[in-house]
Amino acid sequence: MRANCWNGIGDMRVETVPDPEILNPRDAIVKITSTAICGSDLHLYDGYVPTMKKGDILGHEFMGEVVDVGRGVNNLKVGDRVVVPFTISCGSCFYCKKELFSLCDNSNPNAWIAEKMMGHSPAGIFGYSHMTGGYAGGQAEYARVPFADVGPLKIPEGLEDEKVLFLSDIFPTGYMAAENCQIQPGDTVAIWGCGPVAQFAIQSAWMLGAGRVIAIDRFPERLELARSWGRAETINYEEVDSVLDTLRDMTGGMGPDSCLDAVGMEAHGTTIDAKVDKMKQTARLTFDRAHVLREAILACRKGGTVSLAGVYAGFVDKVPMGAAMNKGLTFKMGQTHMQKYMRPLLERVERGEIDPSRVITHRLALDDAPWGYKTFRDKEDRCIKVVLKPDGNGGFRQHGHLGHSHSHSGNGGNGHTH
Amino acid sequence: MQDAVTSSSYPQGTGSYERSAGFEAEREDSSMMYRVGQAAMVLSGAALVALVARSRWSGSHPDDREAFETAETAAEAEATPSIHTALTIDKPAAELYAFWRRLENLPRFMKNLIEVTELGDGRSHWVGKSALGLKAQWDAEIVEEREGRFLSWRSLPGSMISNAGTVSFEDSPNGRGTIVRVTMDVGTGLGKVASKLGGANQQEVREDLRRFKELMETGEVATTDGQPHGTRSLIGHLHNPI
Repeated sequence: MRANCWNGIGDMRVETVPDPEILNPRDAIVKITSTAICGSDLHLYDGYVPTMKKGDILGHEFMGEVVDVGRGVNNLKVGDRVVVPFTISCGSCFYCKKELFSLCDNSNPNAWIAEKMMGHSPAGIFGYSHMTGGYAGGQAEYARVPFADVGPLKIPEGLEDEKVLFLSDIFPTGYMAAENCQIQPGDTVAIWGCGPVAQFAIQSAWMLGAGRVIAIDRFPERLELARSWGRAETINYEEVDSVLDTLRDMTGGMGPDSCLDAVGMEAHGTTIDAKVDKMKQTARLTFDRAHVLREAILACRKGGTVSLAGVYAGFVDKVPMGAAMNKGLTFKMGQTHMQKYMRPLLERVERGEIDPSRVITHRLALDDAPWGYKTFRDKEDRCIKVVLKPDGNGGFRQHGHLGHSHSHSGNGGNGHTH
Repeated sequence: MQDAVTSSSYPQGTGSYERSAGFEAEREDSSMMYRVGQAAMVLSGAALVALVARSRWSGSHPDDREAFETAETAAEAEATPSIHTALTIDKPAAELYAFWRRLENLPRFMKNLIEVTELGDGRSHWVGKSALGLKAQWDAEIVEEREGRFLSWRSLPGSMISNAGTVSFEDSPNGRGTIVRVTMDVGTGLGKVASKLGGANQQEVREDLRRFKELMETGEVATTDGQPHGTRSLIGHLHNPI
């Protein structure tokens, strides 16, 4: 099969690799019909996540058709159409029983690495380095899905891929981040970042009763989407003297009730002492991203809630804990407990309450993945979200719903190396 | 006789406090630990079998050996384990004990075991992987068993390999299942080499226990062995090691 493989920093290659096979009784094999590039994939692309190996197949947002099931999978059959959650969960451990699926005890074969770094290991994740299991990802024609009786969500006929694909990660992730804001009716929620997860956090904040949503970014097309689709007020942080002052003014001095960090610094925070030097080398990046968390703490009203959706993996310097403590803030965070949210959010899609495909700007053939990574990382071409089509049906580059129809060549080849 | 066995009477005097200190060192230098971990994998045959074991022919002090061989009770084994680790498993103690006590099951979660055959009278024949892909074989006996709670074993005198270990099953006080504790002894000779790897054995035993937990809680052991990948290279392996 064809698969998008990490080959080093900034070096993605679509290679021909063996097809996946059933390795455990509760596995299934899915023939992928749609798969996406996540913002967090960019940190692998940029080489900030340790424990990557050349040849690793990336991708953790995918869906498709079941083509094989292990003998331990009784709820899926060949031909079922499913969305696969990015976290892998056994469904039977202490954490899964409490619906803390992203903390599953039993799905990370390399738990010892994570245990050394964090004290305990979270769940395994598709295509996201060896410390979260080293599982082959879904930017490929096929993927092996462990614990397939727990993770994949069956999709009813009549819903096109693009409406349900993001149930694999970013819609539930944005939703849980908004839920973590502990929104009371009428509350003001400020959201740092207007990327795909933030866009879903904005949508979810309204669903959960927010009275006002303020979104902060610097890319015009992302701010525009937050305004037009998200009905949010926006702040371009490059155009104001102080985000803190602006937020204070906008909220009559109180500050937002909840502050949601949808930027994070997941890739930069390798959790180990030995890498602190490396972090310091990239201090500009580290500083930038810690700046969001710091700003969220300082902006938040007294007694408010800070929700972290962006992933932090390591040490964060100079967090104003004094402000957090003395202002009595609550912190809520975590990787998304996918299986808890997928079905209820699918029902919202079915009822027509939300069209998740609104974030898509680029549809590419799988072979165009390397171009997609570069375009997405560099925020070129007004790129917000890239969907890859392994079956070739996306073999052209085309803009989505952002209101301009400029499109690239229709041949889908590798000719574009912007 | 039981009281005669003390920490200092054990081969190389590897008491639990020294082991703890070694463990702290790993945590302080995870980068090094990763390399040690890799070394441990290279030496995987060693971990539970050859390196953990004390060679009968390694010239250990006769008194030590005698003391080693007289370690027969839980109290003794717990007083001086070279390696110990624990996990909480969300299953009843009786179920976990029954699975473990059927020694043929051990290779399903102990990575370096190939086969265990029960010979009757609490005796068993073990085949394991050793360093450099060599096989190691030895006979062992159950030293003590308390149904549903505790099991200890050791290799029989005259075996090529000697080892000793215990496993206990306690009800978790808050109804979260069973706390399973495993101890194993690190001897001299190859075992001493292993102990110098700074906890590598500890890690291997812990991984075996983790696989036991996975198997009992989910019916399978999480793995990626056999999955596809693109072109590998040494550089890829070395990139950004933790």
